[in-house]
Amino acid sequence: MAQAIVFLPLLGFIIAGIASLLAHKAASQKEVLAFGNADHSTHAGAAHGHADHGHDDHHAPEASPHSEGISRFAEVVTTGFLGIACALSWVVFAQVALGSGAPMRILVADWIHVGAFEADWALRVDTLTAVMLVVVTSVSCLVHLYSIGYMHEDPARPRFMAYLSLFTFAMLMLVTSDNLVQMFFGWEGVGLASYLLIGFWFKKKSANDAAMKAFIVNRVGDFGFALGIFLVFWLFGAVNFDPVFAGVAGHQKTIVSFLGYQVPALELAACLLFMGAMGKSAQFLLHTWLPDAMEGPTPVSALIHAATMVTAGVFMVARLSPIFEAAPFAQSVVLIIGAITAFFAATVGLVQNDIKRVIAYSTCSQLGYMFVALGAGVYQAGIYHLFTHAFFKALLFLGAGSVIHAMHHEQDIRKMGGLMKKIPFTATMMLIGTIALTGFPFTAGFYSKDAIIEAAYVAHTPGHVFAFAATVLAAFMTSFYSWRLWFMTFAGKTRADHHTYDHAHESPLVMLVPLGLLAAGAILAGFPLVHAFLSDANGPFWKNALFTGAANHTLHDMHDHAKLPAWVPWTPFVMMVAGFVLAWLFYIKWPSIPGQIAERHPALYRFLLNKWYFDELYDAIFVRPARALGHFLWKKGDGWLIDGFGPDGISAAVLRITGRVVKLQTGYVYHYAFAMLLGVAGFVTWYLFAGGAH
Amino acid sequence: MFGFGILTGLLVLPLVGAAFVLLQKGDEAGSRNARWAAFWTTIATFVLSLVALARFDSAKPGFQLVERMPWLGEQIVYQLGVDGISMPFVILTTFLMPFCIAASFHSIRERAREYYALFLLLETSMIGVFAGLDLVLFYVFFEMGLIPMFLIIGIWGGARRIYASFKFFLYTLVGSVLMLLAIMAMYWTAETTDIIKLLAFKFPSGMQYWLWLAFFASFAVKMPMWPVHTWLPDAHVEAPTAGSVILAGILLKMGGYGFIRFSLPMFPEASLYFANLVFALSVVAIIYTSLVAMMQEDIKKLIAYSSVAHMGFVTMGLFTLNAQGVQGAVFQMVSHGLVSGALFLCVGIVYDRMHTRQIAAYGGLVNRMPLYGVVFLLFTMANVGLPGTSGFVGEFLTLLGAYKANTWIAFLATTGVIFSACYALWLFARVVYGKLEKHELESIPDLDRRELALLLPLALLVIYFGVQPNTILSMSQASVDAMLGLVKAGLGGKLAVLN
Repeated sequence: MAQAIVFLPLLGFIIAGIASLLAHKAASQKEVLAFGNADHSTHAGAAHGHADHGHDDHHAPEASPHSEGISRFAEVVTTGFLGIACALSWVVFAQVALGSGAPMRILVADWIHVGAFEADWALRVDTLTAVMLVVVTSVSCLVHLYSIGYMHEDPARPRFMAYLSLFTFAMLMLVTSDNLVQMFFGWEGVGLASYLLIGFWFKKKSANDAAMKAFIVNRVGDFGFALGIFLVFWLFGAVNFDPVFAGVAGHQKTIVSFLGYQVPALELAACLLFMGAMGKSAQFLLHTWLPDAMEGPTPVSALIHAATMVTAGVFMVARLSPIFEAAPFAQSVVLIIGAITAFFAATVGLVQNDIKRVIAYSTCSQLGYMFVALGAGVYQAGIYHLFTHAFFKALLFLGAGSVIHAMHHEQDIRKMGGLMKKIPFTATMMLIGTIALTGFPFTAGFYSKDAIIEAAYVAHTPGHVFAFAATVLAAFMTSFYSWRLWFMTFAGKTRADHHTYDHAHESPLVMLVPLGLLAAGAILAGFPLVHAFLSDANGPFWKNALFTGAANHTLHDMHDHAKLPAWVPWTPFVMMVAGFVLAWLFYIKWPSIPGQIAERHPALYRFLLNKWYFDELYDAIFVRPARALGHFLWKKGDGWLIDGFGPDGISAAVLRITGRVVKLQTGYVYHYAFAMLLGVAGFVTWYLFAGGAH
Repeated sequence: MFGFGILTGLLVLPLVGAAFVLLQKGDEAGSRNARWAAFWTTIATFVLSLVALARFDSAKPGFQLVERMPWLGEQIVYQLGVDGISMPFVILTTFLMPFCIAASFHSIRERAREYYALFLLLETSMIGVFAGLDLVLFYVFFEMGLIPMFLIIGIWGGARRIYASFKFFLYTLVGSVLMLLAIMAMYWTAETTDIIKLLAFKFPSGMQYWLWLAFFASFAVKMPMWPVHTWLPDAHVEAPTAGSVILAGILLKMGGYGFIRFSLPMFPEASLYFANLVFALSVVAIIYTSLVAMMQEDIKKLIAYSSVAHMGFVTMGLFTLNAQGVQGAVFQMVSHGLVSGALFLCVGIVYDRMHTRQIAAYGGLVNRMPLYGVVFLLFTMANVGLPGTSGFVGEFLTLLGAYKANTWIAFLATTGVIFSACYALWLFARVVYGKLEKHELESIPDLDRRELALLLPLALLVIYFGVQPNTILSMSQASVDAMLGLVKAGLGGKLAVLN
């Protein structure tokens, strides 16, 4: 069953990929027939002009009926396969997580065997994996379905469906991996899919740049991940999880040498591996790619850049909980980086005007929350927030997609407003997503986010007070920017031009059904499951899929009134209400205030609007110097130094000498031959003297 | 030890083909005969090499299919044989040759007979290098390969072909001369050039250093290692497509093969002594040439520089002296042979259409050439070492080995995974992605059947070896372990340094 879940999307990818190439061939044959070769240039020019405008453009030249059929085929196959995989995943979840089914380990094939190093293709299914399977396949299935509607004007949609399925396959390989190397395969595989999907509209330079940036920044994280794998192998003699985890106890005090420093082995391994998590989950310092990734079509943002791929880092740390539990310093790093991200991203989210970027920064911030939970040692809460967040954030993104669809590709919320009347269903769904995100009581986010804030309060990890403060403040900002987004989009009078507003229309059913299902998830993922998720790691739900050390009582302390004062659980609620009230005042009651504040504090406003200037900073300290250095090494290093004093220099010198000594009827051959002879003679002489010394 | 065997057949078959090719007339029909004759010769050679593979038992560490005949006296012999280290290279050579011939069908019109004959001569010399088990024989083949390559670049190359071919010749010959001197010294000392006997011979410590350096001079140029790499970009840029494929696919591997066959097992003390030098040069190669690659304006030059960086992983892996590093290096060489060969074929395909290799002359190719885009992306991803492609396995294993040997080296070399993504994806973004704005590109056709037939097998193999690398790793395992055993035995008391 696990095999079917993992490999059906791969099969879907292959089929849809071939269909995509066939569809293109069919379309181009028709084009040739219709226009002839001579006419082609004008046609191509027109198509490009069409592709030029704005965001999320669907460049849609007329498609032939033939390619239309192929597209439909690709859609049905990929979505159908994902539907099956999703249904099977829920069965696995019921058996392995909710039921008493034993964790599985299925060997698929051998992979890399060298000496003691063994990494195989295998599927590991325990409760943690089952949770991820459900999240990945459910959201993926709904996004596949939604894309049929959202992309219906795009002639390249078989390619789109293929990429979505490829992504799903890679993500499933990641969450079912039984060793670090297969995890790395899935890790880079989702990176590839993300690259392809961000750059889906490859004619747009901004999309290409964003795709490249995402891949490269992720590779910076992967650099750490790879070093972490190397260390783990040489430390434990294995990369499979079970032997590694079994070996942790024996290496508590092991010191290894790294770059000339003597450091605790487990701390180092955890920190290096966490660097990978920082890249994939867009944590502070490696976050810059995520907002730019919004260049991809909106369903991609929902699937990859909200619900699944970006949570891979959280999954990784939870999977490696035995290592992190033995590495208190690394836990502290996780906690603090998470807290900074939660706070930082929320501040930037306050002032963004692109509907997708607001949600993107919100995602970044919520990922920070998850890491705070992991750093606090409550892995259950981190994974639970991952689970709930997947539903309401995918809901928000797909809702945003529905808005963009209705508004003819407008993404600027300053040009929206009053859409409640036009697209009431979408507005309601977004409302559900918003209350879940802000942690309104009895929604999913309420349970998971409050658990994290409480965990930060009672944790013993150094830095937990800072994390508590940061997450509480972030909760306030989350509420503010979420309501700001909702008010500016749906409430009040419209700021859109008449034409766009009048033609705004509700999306087709194929897009609305996924919204409805995700909204149901955003509610139901809360109360019915909270007790299962927030239970002991060795209890009946988790069955040791997570590990908490003997000294880690944080989960229990969260229910201990002596450790957790009564006011703490109320703080997120107060923050949520405060954020809502402030947003209401600013954007409904006195809409002129935000402008005035921005005017009065221009430096702060620009600092936030420009995302703390990270892009500019990185450009100045990494990108431009690297290019300048590359150019310098090429022209000066290779050209001037090596060639200048090497072959070119020698031949020039020989040319001068021979020119003076003999008037040869010259071709290059003689010069080189002469140079060689000189060299040989010199070396023989030297060798004879050196050899004589023996 | 009776007479000639299958390996001699592998050497002779291309020569027979070359003779036949040269016998054709110089007219149109003659050229056509020549290229088909060359093609079927390389196919036959490949099939014969598969027969050799079938008779090869990869569980055994020693040399197999050995043939031995007296040649220049009793000490210098005609001896051939393969082990798990050389077998993959022999197969790689015979496998890539038909691609080179087929890739030249349309692009080579002038003096086609000579061209194909030279390629077949090249094939003999390359197989000879990997199968030769006598130092003098090895040297003869090693040098023999220079001449056809020199002529291929010099006659069928681009505008600056004379400069490039002489640079190539000069660099490699200087290295070779030093190696010849070392071979002579070894003969005087061990009184044989039989490689099997030499592997069992222990050279005095002091002498090892000089011999190691002399061999190093030759192999470092062939690899090529920084700073003697500057011939490679020029040679690649000027060489015809098939020349580049062979250059990157096989000729560069001779250096790495030489290190495994000679430097490591015969001069273990020197290898350990100079390991840090090799590490340093490898890391410089990885970082320096990656940065340089990023700034290139010519597609072929970019790929050539990326080859230098990838060979940096090979040299680094070899001198880690552990199983992961050395096997990773062998794998990386085979994988790079496929991937870079395919990338050069990809460049050749657009060059045949547009007659330029300037990156700036392209852009948005995927709009007209989706199939090409898919294939090019696959090889680009293999080039950046994406797991699931063959490019990952070698890079990963060499880095894994390096981490054991020296964390600084592993740390610095691993930055290569970031840089390779930079230059490779930027190239892809500028050539394949984007809008198709250049007027000249508007009617560029996608891959035709012949081109697809060339690239598809390579694409499938790149994925296959990425998913099932054990096919190659299990072939080299026993021989690499035996080789490392020799190194450890040779190091004796210094064993503690290794693990």
